[in-house]
Amino acid sequence: MMEKILTRNINIENSHKIGTYINSGGYDALRKILGGLSPEEVTDIVKSSGLRGRGGAGFPAGVKWGFVPKNTGKPIYLVCNADESEPGTFKDRLMLEKDPHMMLEGIVIASYAIGANTAFIYIRGEFAEQTKLLLEALEEMKGKGFLGKNILNSGYDLEILITRGAGAYICGEETALLTSLEGKRGYPKIKPPFPAVEGYLGSPTIVNNVETLSCVPHIILRGADWFKSIGTEKSAGPKLFCVSGHVRNPGVFEFPMGTSLKELIYEHAGGILHNRKLKAVIPGGSSTPVLTESEIDINLDYESLAEAGSMLGSAGIIVMDEYTDMVDACYNLSKFYAHESCGQCTPCREGVPWMKMILGRITNGNGRRNDVELLLDICRSIEKRTICPFGDAAVAPVKSYIDKFREEFDYYIENKKSLIPTESEQNNNGN
Amino acid sequence: MPSEFSDSAKSKIKNLMEVYPDNRSALMNALHITQQEFSYLSFDALQALSELMDIPVQQIEDTASFYTMYQKESIGKNVIWICHTLPCALRGSATVLDYLKSKLEIEVGETTKDKRFTLMKAECLASCDTAPMMQINDEYYENLNNEMIDKILGRFE
Repeated sequence: MMEKILTRNINIENSHKIGTYINSGGYDALRKILGGLSPEEVTDIVKSSGLRGRGGAGFPAGVKWGFVPKNTGKPIYLVCNADESEPGTFKDRLMLEKDPHMMLEGIVIASYAIGANTAFIYIRGEFAEQTKLLLEALEEMKGKGFLGKNILNSGYDLEILITRGAGAYICGEETALLTSLEGKRGYPKIKPPFPAVEGYLGSPTIVNNVETLSCVPHIILRGADWFKSIGTEKSAGPKLFCVSGHVRNPGVFEFPMGTSLKELIYEHAGGILHNRKLKAVIPGGSSTPVLTESEIDINLDYESLAEAGSMLGSAGIIVMDEYTDMVDACYNLSKFYAHESCGQCTPCREGVPWMKMILGRITNGNGRRNDVELLLDICRSIEKRTICPFGDAAVAPVKSYIDKFREEFDYYIENKKSLIPTESEQNNNGN
Repeated sequence: MPSEFSDSAKSKIKNLMEVYPDNRSALMNALHITQQEFSYLSFDALQALSELMDIPVQQIEDTASFYTMYQKESIGKNVIWICHTLPCALRGSATVLDYLKSKLEIEVGETTKDKRFTLMKAECLASCDTAPMMQINDEYYENLNNEMIDKILGRFE
């Protein structure tokens, strides 16, 4: 069993308090950098650790920090993305509730590295309790001299401000998040310019995910080589995997990058509910292409999943058993994307609700002969034609479900009902 | 009738305006405070906020209308958000929703006659390992079944 790093304290009582965190070595990394590491040295350590963004995109964190231009005369900002909203993902919530100081120490270190004196935490609006915990944690930090003016007598100043979102999935996308942080509609922007150069209020801004920032103190204390020794060559470090759906023991599991998906489902998450057979797995949140039962013998890292035509994404693993109606599952997700499209780009604003409508009529038994072709045609009209990756994210489930479960779509249209037996039909077969 | 902020809400918003780099950046948090103050964001409430923050009301409306959590119409005292996204749907959120609808005798988007509850569907609330689940006001209620729903709703009666 691998040593737990990010979740080492979560089962301790009062794990969210600063005392618990300090007792386990918390804020030692902050002392270390303020005691004599330059911002460039800190950036270099994180760069050579191979830490990649845990929010979904997997971009190397240290490299991102290195993009911040120096001496522009503008303030530099760090933003912690705590807008966790990708369906199937609940790892950041665990960190916010159980060990917020790990992330907060990461925020101070990252801010120091990029030269920011103001950091923001953009937290999803529904996380009201977690916001209260964070506000308390900030007070605890100030009490210990870890935040505010002249932190630990180093001459370094940092303020952390918390902005609450208000129920918009798109604000998890970094440019939309920054527009929302400016008090506007959460509309994404074309990149480049990247936020590292032109972000919040036109200033250089680095956006990092909760889990990414929580890795940083450990990298500083134990070194880049130690971090790289965990996981695979291109996907370094520990990872929080979220398992939900038809498993006996759903939850957040910390394992090294590259852990086997099959092992995670059958050994750690307890296998499939009611001893049923596995049918499909979404590996990285609802926006990632689905894997069939025959594809789950795979390692959970960026490169293995990319090779299989999917993505590690946010590591939100949604497990579906043999009785899952895949057309209905696809319809469910299309409702999500239709609701969450920001409306800025026409292909997405118009196309995604059309996909929802067509999937709806298929599941209602009113599907038309060419509906599957029509869906694929709409997919082609959305893909790569939108400002942000949301369009592609909305298309990915539809395309992959049709590709891998085409017979279920065709059966629905032909027979006006699902290929999957209803619960009462399943029970009758069992008798 | 024009809306007026209490002194405590006013000072909270003024404080936000001081700490944020510009006034508009304080708007997301200020709208949450405004909603708490007036229970929903009527145009009068937005106008009061506009004056307080020196931001044109049209810009405030533009922002407020984008986000699901900002309520534009009068709602019940307690808002139930039932998650219906895939991970919850796989674990029976439709059954929970049906039970809530029949128990409260309202449809999604409606408010009970006594104004005690408004029922809303939510998209994924990051609680997939404890599905099915719902949020009432600020709190999460997880691993739901009918019996639990009876107990939970009873606390609000």
